[in-house]
Amino acid sequence: MIAAGEPAPDFTLPDQDGENVSLSGFRGRRVLLVFYPMDFSPVCSDQLSIYQEVKPQIAEQGVEMLGISIDHPYAHKAFQEKLGIDTPLLADFEPKGAVARAYGSYLDGLGFANRTLVLIDEQGTVAWAYESPSPGELPGANLIFDALAA
Amino acid sequence: MTPPGSLTSSPVPPGGPEDHLRPGEGGALIVYADLGCPHCSAAWSELAAPPRPLVFRHFPVASKHPRSPALHAAAEAAGLQGAFFEMVDSLYADRGHVDDPHLWERVERLGLDLERFERDRHSGEVAARVRRDFESGIRAGVAGTPAIFDLGGSGE
Repeated sequence: MIAAGEPAPDFTLPDQDGENVSLSGFRGRRVLLVFYPMDFSPVCSDQLSIYQEVKPQIAEQGVEMLGISIDHPYAHKAFQEKLGIDTPLLADFEPKGAVARAYGSYLDGLGFANRTLVLIDEQGTVAWAYESPSPGELPGANLIFDALAA
Repeated sequence: MTPPGSLTSSPVPPGGPEDHLRPGEGGALIVYADLGCPHCSAAWSELAAPPRPLVFRHFPVASKHPRSPALHAAAEAAGLQGAFFEMVDSLYADRGHVDDPHLWERVERLGLDLERFERDRHSGEVAARVRRDFESGIRAGVAGTPAIFDLGGSGE
């Protein structure tokens, strides 16, 4: 997995509306990447729903939160609507998992990313990264705030 | 602006006088639950059964269950009239009737003062009380409901 101090690999991925989103477009602001296995698994639902509840507090810290999984934008759109969340969801769909691989979060053999949180600073450097022990274990939002307060 | 440290990691607070405690025997269970969550509803009858004391903490996930904040406020308002667990039991027992008129029917059935209930459930104090529980859950790493902690204390 990518580590603090390394440059965050740039990427351009379509969001749930098919609009391209580039990491470099956020330069000067902090970004939190939330890699998760896939849309519509019950566990993912809780993770993103709960992060949504503290999204205003994350935004107050000047941080843009972006979800990323291997799903297609069409799935992301439906998932976003189902959860009632407005966190942008990026489609690491083609080539499959390329961004997750660049961040060292892809699980070969399973075909999706592990739950990984990556905080990127204003200059595009990784400030903090956390990988869940397994895809079934949800990183609590407290970990995000610990990283932001560090 | 929220202080940066306000949602950082912190252990589950032990039960205290401000908690909603259903008495029992032995060590208390602390439960972070969402009144709009079907999993919580399914777990509730087992969880709430005696003999162990139970501390209920609010954990409404509004994005997933848009009605949850109103239900938690209703339980809190009923609690101000001494009927917190009666309202919680009733909400979990009948998840298909959780609109405002259904809440008013419950208030009547429980013999509560409707005017006071209406005032309380929309108050800032009640919202803050619910949010306080929610934030303690976030700080403890709660990432799904129901989240159950067995701290071994009495809950009081």
